[in-house]
Order: sequence, then structure tokens, then C-alpha cells
Amino acid sequence: MKTIEKIGLGLFLIGLTVFTVVPFLGTYTLSEELVLANTKEIHQEKMTEILAPMYGQEFGSNFSFLSAFGENFNTYNDNLKAQQLWDQVIWDDYGFALAKASVSSPVTENPWLWLGLSIGLAVLGGYLYNFRQYSDEPSGIKNNGIFHSKLKNRGWLGMITGGYLILFYILLYWFPAYLVNLVWMVEPISRMLSGGPASQWFLYGMVYTLAILVMGVRMFRKYRGNKYQQLRTASVMFFQTAFAFLIPEILVLLNQPYYDFKNIWPLDYDFFYDYQISTFLSGGGMGMFMLIWGILLIIVGVPVFTYFYGKRWYCSWVCGCGGLAETVGDPFRQLSDKSLKAWKYERWIIHSVLVLAVVMTAVTIANYFSGFSFLGNVTNQLHSFYGFAIGSAFAGVVGTGFYPFMGNRVWCRFGCPLAAYLGIVQRFKSRFRITTNGGQCISCGNCSTYCEMGIDVRAYAQRGQNIVRSSCVGCGVCSAVCPRGVLKLENGPEENRIADLPILIGNDSIKLNA
Amino acid sequence: MPARHLVIIGNGISGITLARHVRKMDSDTRITVISGESEYFFSRTALMYVFMGHMKFEHTQPYESWFWEKNRIELKKAWVQKVEFGERTLVFDSGEKLTYDVLVIATGSKPNKFGWPGQDLKGVQGLYSRQDLDQMEKNTHQGVKRAVIVGGGLIGIEMAEMLAYKKIPVTFLVREKGFWDNVLPKEESELVGRHIREHHIDLRLETELKEILSDSGGRVRAVITSKGEEISCEFVGLTAGVSPNVDFLRNTELKVNRGVKVDAFFQTNIPDVYAIGDCAEFENPPAVDRRTIEQVWYTGRMHGETLAHNLCKKPVPYQPGIWFNSAKFLDIEYQTYGTVPSTWKDSEVNSFYWEHSSGKVCFRMLMDQDGRILGVNNFGFRLRHEFFDQAVREKWSGEKVIAKLDKANFDPEFFAPYYLEIQKAFKAQFGGNFQPAKKSFIQKLFGASV
Repeated sequence: MKTIEKIGLGLFLIGLTVFTVVPFLGTYTLSEELVLANTKEIHQEKMTEILAPMYGQEFGSNFSFLSAFGENFNTYNDNLKAQQLWDQVIWDDYGFALAKASVSSPVTENPWLWLGLSIGLAVLGGYLYNFRQYSDEPSGIKNNGIFHSKLKNRGWLGMITGGYLILFYILLYWFPAYLVNLVWMVEPISRMLSGGPASQWFLYGMVYTLAILVMGVRMFRKYRGNKYQQLRTASVMFFQTAFAFLIPEILVLLNQPYYDFKNIWPLDYDFFYDYQISTFLSGGGMGMFMLIWGILLIIVGVPVFTYFYGKRWYCSWVCGCGGLAETVGDPFRQLSDKSLKAWKYERWIIHSVLVLAVVMTAVTIANYFSGFSFLGNVTNQLHSFYGFAIGSAFAGVVGTGFYPFMGNRVWCRFGCPLAAYLGIVQRFKSRFRITTNGGQCISCGNCSTYCEMGIDVRAYAQRGQNIVRSSCVGCGVCSAVCPRGVLKLENGPEENRIADLPILIGNDSIKLNA
Repeated sequence: MPARHLVIIGNGISGITLARHVRKMDSDTRITVISGESEYFFSRTALMYVFMGHMKFEHTQPYESWFWEKNRIELKKAWVQKVEFGERTLVFDSGEKLTYDVLVIATGSKPNKFGWPGQDLKGVQGLYSRQDLDQMEKNTHQGVKRAVIVGGGLIGIEMAEMLAYKKIPVTFLVREKGFWDNVLPKEESELVGRHIREHHIDLRLETELKEILSDSGGRVRAVITSKGEEISCEFVGLTAGVSPNVDFLRNTELKVNRGVKVDAFFQTNIPDVYAIGDCAEFENPPAVDRRTIEQVWYTGRMHGETLAHNLCKKPVPYQPGIWFNSAKFLDIEYQTYGTVPSTWKDSEVNSFYWEHSSGKVCFRMLMDQDGRILGVNNFGFRLRHEFFDQAVREKWSGEKVIAKLDKANFDPEFFAPYYLEIQKAFKAQFGGNFQPAKKSFIQKLFGASV
């Protein structure tokens, strides 16, 4: 390892350590004013009463504070639940807001410093580690040692990385109150961008974007000499930074609805939720434009672009989940399961999620137009089930946390309903395919090994057959790693695109189907 | 009548292709494939990637393990010790026996050893089989300060790349004037030679191995070259070609020369005994540009396809089509279509050669006296097999080939359009009534430049 890489790795680890320690700093003191300021009007009276025992008391850690909060709050709620007084139960979770308001720590005092020491150092370190990689080697495929790596082949380092990610996602989705110091760190940036306070989602969005940017630099180095990979990487970096991170915040600053213009239903599963619709409808011209834009993407954008370019136009060039998978997740792409069995599971699971998303949305819309009288309760139940099981657990915890275990596209392959929709178009009505170069395949297996979607590319290539699979995101890595120049991503005429009985050329003795 | 029993010795590309295709055409034949090397079929050409950690050994297996049972292809892991042709019986090294009705020998090759002193020392080996790979992992595990590779062919350069992965300095002895220059024309050979040196591999041309020296423990400590130089090393790779792996068949009724002698139908001198792949030696070359022994992945596959047809349908002679091949030299990919020998008579053949200023990308097309294409070599970029199969078969004029070269491009989108430069260079050298292709708007905006 070169000196600069060692320094980079060192700084990254320091940054990561600080990031991990930060949530545990500081003390928490609650007061009646804070409760009033951070609860809804209808709950203010009750909440100030429930939390009264905590006022003025200094809690030494987030654990003690949140446990005291939980005790007081749950005692109240549990009592009501026991008496079946459902309408008096407080369903809102004020833990995060109150913890954020109560904390007093070096981080709240000096957020910029701590931001620099944690995320700043990690980003700087990651950049230093990456930006000179392979500089003393000719450009070419850089897969040396991947299966000898402790990180990239499910070794102990991979287990730790996966564990850390899973833990982070669990805290982020279900216990964000533990992360308030981290959120304070990015508060000044949120104020600058949107004028509003930072939430855990702002923190997540920022970390996510920076991770894509830093690991995008790694992609530029790793795929030096491969213009397709370079452009694709630049594209996901751009769309994440501009469309997913900056523009929505700036829209808020301009008093417009928060909106990611490249997020498409049903990945963006709450697009048709009543609160979203009312946000759009009350958002004036811009809100109306967003609503129409979103619908056009679903009914025109997806089929048309996918017809011409395959689903890659979205999955590996634009999408945020894809962006993370293709940058941060790239070191793990070889861990996807290529077995026929996995493919069978994949088709069942992903299409079930699509059906679930469509049904949920249909019920939501029916409910909306019936003035919330029709299936109101079912709709809410569905929303919370989908949000928990699919939106958070599947897409987040499994989707990213499982990178080091099952590869970088677990969510995209098994779960994403938009990928399923794009895939159906790609499979049945598209000009996209991966062309096999005549009889040149030597069955080496590099293509299948490095297919993040778990497609057994070789099975097609060695028969001289085009690869037309609904799951292919068109990342182009099979083509890049092929040592014999066999695979090419192409858009071409639909005629002969799918050949079930291909003929390998080169043998004049007989014509037989491979 | 019980179904005939087809026994195939060897589970490489030839034997497995044969087994698969026989099963496709005939659901009755009992098929047994025997290999002592590995339980399942794997891609031999991918062994280097296992060594370098690009893949695990399992990844080199093109079919999942349920495939064989599903297709009723019985696999037997054993080494065949001898064949009793009269009794139609195989004898395994365990003493166990197996009878056959039809026998196909597909035993592949073994690395050449030319009787060098010290060629059997510890730390000296070739690279062909899975066992060789395991051996190489052991031999290079530690304490190798330098390795010497003998023989400049495809396996030699693979071995050099593998050793470079372990950061072991390599001295590469090549007998000829240029790397692989019995196959590659001078310019191409030099291009690869430069790239080898770019990877800090010590390439020694026109240098042969004379002797391998032993330390007190019977392990290699140095080699002496034909130039009298002693090079200290702890590992020696012998990669001076391969020859048919048929020693267990010598001195039997079976006619064996360098390989098992077969006719154009893969039939040996004994009825119901056939040989395919690397180990077969044709009575006559199957085509004018072919040799009597074909040792390439693709030919092995075609032998298997053809014999499968012959065992199930009306037999046809093996008739290879337009030649093609490919390889990768470190980072540089190579493809060839049609006939491009290493040398030719200028009076009979017109050569067009273009090389990119980087010195790592080149294109050669040979044409006959009437300007019709004979074949192409391309390095550092990809060309379409189907295009050249048609062009060579239909004897297109060189001009027509170059005029349509953009259609032949097989590089990924946004890659540098080398065909533009090639078209310009061809026009400058040979003239021609065509306009070089133009870059598309997108290509101009985002694509790599030549």
C-alpha cells in the first residue's frame, strides 16, 4: 500500500471512529418549554404532564435519557392501551425531537468541528485512499485478490462491515433518537440549504451522497480506460448530488414542496399517499408540475426510455439506490448468488413486492377519492406495513446492510418494485440486449461472477445467445471483465433479439443449436 | 436390448460438449464421463483467475452440480490406468473396471518437457490441470524471490501474470525473436513484448533454457540459459507448449502417434473408439490453414459437437469454418478472424497494418492479390465475430470490409472509435471509394477520443 493510501485509510478510520462515538457524547436536560416547543398542540398538555418527572434532571447519556423518557411515556400509553382507550393513546414518537432539543454536548456547541472530525475526516481519508489507486499500473481490469480479501469475500472484515451497516440502519429507521448528536453536526448545513432544521433523514441523505461521491472516485480509478463505466459513475454521482440531495432542500428554501424529480413510483411508494397529494395540490404551479411530472415518468418515461435503452437508463445511471450500489457496493458485486434457485426466489419475491405496491396504491387512491371513507383503516395498515417491511427493513437494512453478505443489489434484485416494472418492459418490449460475440466465449465465468444481479451471464454467452433478462441493470461490468471481448451492451432492432435456439458460428460440419 | 453405454474419458470442453449434445439428441444412451482431475467440468482457461483471486474454483464450473443428474450424465472421478479394447473395458487405477459400447478419448494435453536437466525438480512445473494449479499455489506460497518462465506462448504469459499478482519478479525466457512470433506477425509480437515489459516482466528474447540447478534439498535454485547466464530462482514454469495426454494408450492396439490417430469422423483404428479435442491427431489437416492437432478451446468444443452428431445421426466429416481465436495478454485483448500467419510472401499477400499512437492498440488485415480479405488481427479493441465470419467466407474486398468497419466494432459504448482512424489510414494507403464514418453527436459529446 502506498503512503498516501495508508494516510487515507488512517484518516478514514479516525473519522469513522469519531462518527461512531459522537452519538454517546453530552448530557440531556429536559424542560417544560422544550416539551411545549416540540410537541403538537393537541398533545402539549398531556406530554408536559407525562414528562414532568424528568424536568431539570441532567441525564448523563442518551441511554439514560431515552430510557427515562420511554418509561414515563410508555407507562402512560400502556395504561390507555390496557383500558382500550385507543383514541387517547399518543401514537406520535417525540423521542427524537425531544432528545435533539435536550442534548447539550461538545457537538451542539461546535458542530462544524465535529462534522470535520467525523464525516469530514472519513471523506478526506476515503478520497486520499482512492484518488491515486492503480496509478503505477496500466489501465485494465483490477479484480486481483478479491476472493482473497477479508472484506470482499465474506471474511471477518466483511462481517464487521455488514454488522455496522445493519446497526446503523436499525438506529436510523427505528431509534433515531440515539443519533441526535450526529444530526446536530449537520444542522448548520441544513440551515444553509433549506433554512430548516436537520432531521435524521438530512443526515442520512448527506452521508449517502458523500459516500457515493467518494466511492465514485474509486470507480473512476478502478475502471480507468473504460469510458462506459466512467460516464455511468459520473451520472449517478450527479443525479444523487443534484436531484436527490440539493434540489429538494433548495425547493424547501424556496417554499416549494420537497421533491426528488428522479424518484419514480413505485420505488417512491408514498407518491400517491394522501399527504403527498395534498402537498402537491397545495403547492401551486410547482406542486402541480411535480404531480404531473411524476405521473408522466411512470406512464411515459419508464416505457419509452426502457424501450430505447433498457432499464439501465434508470437503474445504473440515475437511481439513488443504484448509485449507492454501483459505487459503495461495487467491491461486493461478486457476492450475488448465481444459482437457478436464487433466480426463482428473485422472480417470486420482486413481483410480489410489485403487486403489493400496486395494490396498496390502488387502495390508497380509492380511499382518497371516496373521501377517506373507503378502506381508511386498511390503507393506514397497509402503509405502515409497507413502510416498515419494504421501505425500511428490505430497502435499507437488508438492501444496504447485506452488501457484504449477498452483494450490492439485494434490494434492486429481490425487492424494488420499480425495478420489477422496468424489468417487465425490458424483457418484453425493448431494444436493449447484451450481445454475445459469435463463438468467442471460453466459459471462464468472469461475467457471471461479477454480475451484481446474479445473472448467470456465461450460460447465455457460451451458447452464443443474447442476454435478455428482466433483472439486468446494464452496468456493463460483464462486458468489462470479459477477457475475450465477448459481451456488448447494445440497443438494436427487436428482430432476432431473443433467440431461444442460438447457433454458435465457426463449425461448418453441422448446424446445431447450442 | 439395453441402451448403448457411451463412455467418455475426460471432462474437458470436448468431452462435456459431446456428452451434452448426445443427451440432447438421444435420451436413451447411457452416458458416463470419467475424470481423475476434477469432479465437475470447469473452464481450464480460467484457472489463472482462481490463482489471482478473481474467482473461486467453483466459479469456473459452468454448470451447477444438479445439472448432471438432471441430464443423466454419470460422472466418475477416477484415473483410467489402461483400456482393454478387446473386452471393451476400462481399468481404473483402483483396479475397478467399467465396460463400454462406445469409447471416446478426450484426455486433453500435458505440458511439454523437452528433457531439460533438472526438469523434475521441486518448484519446477507446467500449468494445465487443476492439480498443476494446486501445485503452483504450494510452490509459490512463500520463499520465491524470483521465478523463471520458459516458453513464450499463451500459458507462459498467463503464468507471468499470475506470478506478478504475488509480486514475484519474473524472468521470461523466449526462444524466438519475438513473443509468440510463430503465430503473431512481427509488429503484433513487438506490441505484446512492450506490454510485457510495461508490467515489469523481464522478457528475454532468443534465450533458451539449458539447465535447471538444484539445491541440496532437491529444489530449484537457479537456471542456466543458452547464453550461459545463471539466474537464481525458486520457481520455474515450463510453458513451452503442450502435447497430447495419451501415454496410457501407447503400446496398445490403438494407433497413437503424437496423439490418437483419427480420421475426419474422429474414428480411430478401432471400431467404436473415437478421440476428440487436444489429444486427437488427424490423418490429414481438417482445412488448409489447420494443423493435424488442434489444441484450442473452440476446436475442442466443435469436435464434441460434431462427434455427438455423428454418434446420433448420419455421420459427417469434421469441417471447421472460418478460423477465429482470442486471448488476453495482461491488459491487452486479442482477437483474430480468418487466416493471419506470422509471415507471408509480399508477392502473394497484401498487408494493411494500423497501430495507435499509444502502441497498445493495433489492427492488421491481410488481403490476397485481388485485395480480398484473408483475415484480421486486432489488439486492444474488440471486433464482431459474425461480421468477419461473413466477410472472410464471402471473400469481401478489403475496401468493403474497411468501409463497413463501424458495423464490426464490438467495443462498449462511448469507447474510442478506433475504426475511424483505421478507415482513414486504409484510405491513405490503399485508396478506396468510401467515406470514413462520422462520430455521432453523443459520441462527440461524451465518448472517448482516439
